[in-house]
Amino acid sequence: MKYIDEFRDGDLAAGLSAAIRQAADPGRRYHFMEFCGGHTHAISRYGVSDLLPDGVRMIHGPGCPVCVLPVGRVDMAIRLALDCGVTLCTYGDTLRVPASDGLSLMKAKARGGDIRMVYSSADALKIAQTNPAKQVVFFAIGFETTTPPTAVAIKQAQALGLANFSVLCCHVLTPSAISNILESPEVRQWGTVPLDGFIGPAHVSTIIGSRPYEFFAEEYRKPVVIAGFEPLDVMQAILMLIRQVNAGRAVVENEFSRAVTRDGNVKAQNLVAEVFELRRQFEWRGLNVVPYSGLRIRREFAGFDAERRFPVDYVPVADNRACECGAILRGVRKPQDCKLFGTVCTPENPVGSCMVSSEGACAAHYTYGRYRDFQ
Amino acid sequence: MCLALPCKVVAIDGDTATIDVSGMKKDVSLALVDDVAVSDWVIVHVGYALTKLDPEEAERTLALFAEIGREAGEQAMQETDAREIH
Ligand code: SF4
Repeated sequence: MKYIDEFRDGDLAAGLSAAIRQAADPGRRYHFMEFCGGHTHAISRYGVSDLLPDGVRMIHGPGCPVCVLPVGRVDMAIRLALDCGVTLCTYGDTLRVPASDGLSLMKAKARGGDIRMVYSSADALKIAQTNPAKQVVFFAIGFETTTPPTAVAIKQAQALGLANFSVLCCHVLTPSAISNILESPEVRQWGTVPLDGFIGPAHVSTIIGSRPYEFFAEEYRKPVVIAGFEPLDVMQAILMLIRQVNAGRAVVENEFSRAVTRDGNVKAQNLVAEVFELRRQFEWRGLNVVPYSGLRIRREFAGFDAERRFPVDYVPVADNRACECGAILRGVRKPQDCKLFGTVCTPENPVGSCMVSSEGACAAHYTYGRYRDFQ
Repeated sequence: MCLALPCKVVAIDGDTATIDVSGMKKDVSLALVDDVAVSDWVIVHVGYALTKLDPEEAERTLALFAEIGREAGEQAMQETDAREIH
């Protein structure tokens, strides 16, 4: 496919790999975090780590929206379907996420919950329009990429005067998660590997632009390179980060200039600002409670807020104590360091958040990297 | 979940664009983007075009990859030459 295949070209990859080897100072180590699950997936799927010199290590960050969704939020969706009798519309990715009492949305569906997989928020809206006798709730998860489509659906529901459509809003913000990784109390608990720089999100940045990362570059003296999700994009970003580190620079650079500008998509930003406001705090799976990291629906749109319309409160659920996701997300441990990895915890039967979606660090390592451990 | 694809717009009807993904036609919303025209490329995520893709920037990025690879190749050659002379 155009604009995809060219960015997976093997010859170009070999050239970039050679350039990275030449640029990396053999006398030092480089630790870079790729924030996004999309990058984690590309790195594992295309074996990018194998093309890097030993001194360059990639740390998988928390940017997989399914992985960071806390169990308590999935429980709310299940209660909406089973106890409140709503038609719950969800993206397919959340169906298998394990929730409390051995349930998942998939299992709740088998128990008779009216749970429907949708491809888009617009599909959920259509279901509400065609089923006026049913209460329809859209389970809205995801980062800044997925938030604007939810805002559009709420605005359209308002314009149509739909009384049977509402949204369980679980949208979260990328920059707050990056700050959390750099300065949360857990950093003291686990210690932290020195992070020398970040690969910034591709599609999130098409919306928020490159400007929000300038704060990290300045405040924490960390270089940030925004990169596309194809393997060559990731390799080029690594080269750019190495060059910044070598030169003692810490600025925001944009490798994904074919789709990202400094200002981002202002139309989408305005829509999001009109419909949503910051929550004072939001719990992330693997990162605990992160201040000002999630969104909720503004009072002006209260009628479309499932949390106000139905009696479902958020109840936090502790993760399995043996799960090392928190440390893995901060780069202190690797998936293969976890006692449960590949035995108790597998993609078919995930225990922790990093195993839930194919973009999570443990799942990516299970699928693509496991056999390398034995070599 | 974060999957988003570059797609070519083949038709536009109000706020809806028809895109072509490897021969498959699909309708997506243009509610989040302005000034999209037929034969533009857009990045599509969960049924919405998020942004336009700039074909010139894409070409420039690919040309840069090739250039970096060439330079790396030349440098490697020089290093082998230098080793052979010594
Ligand atoms: S293997 Fe499973 S239990 Fe262990 S850290 Fe990863 S997700 Fe958690």
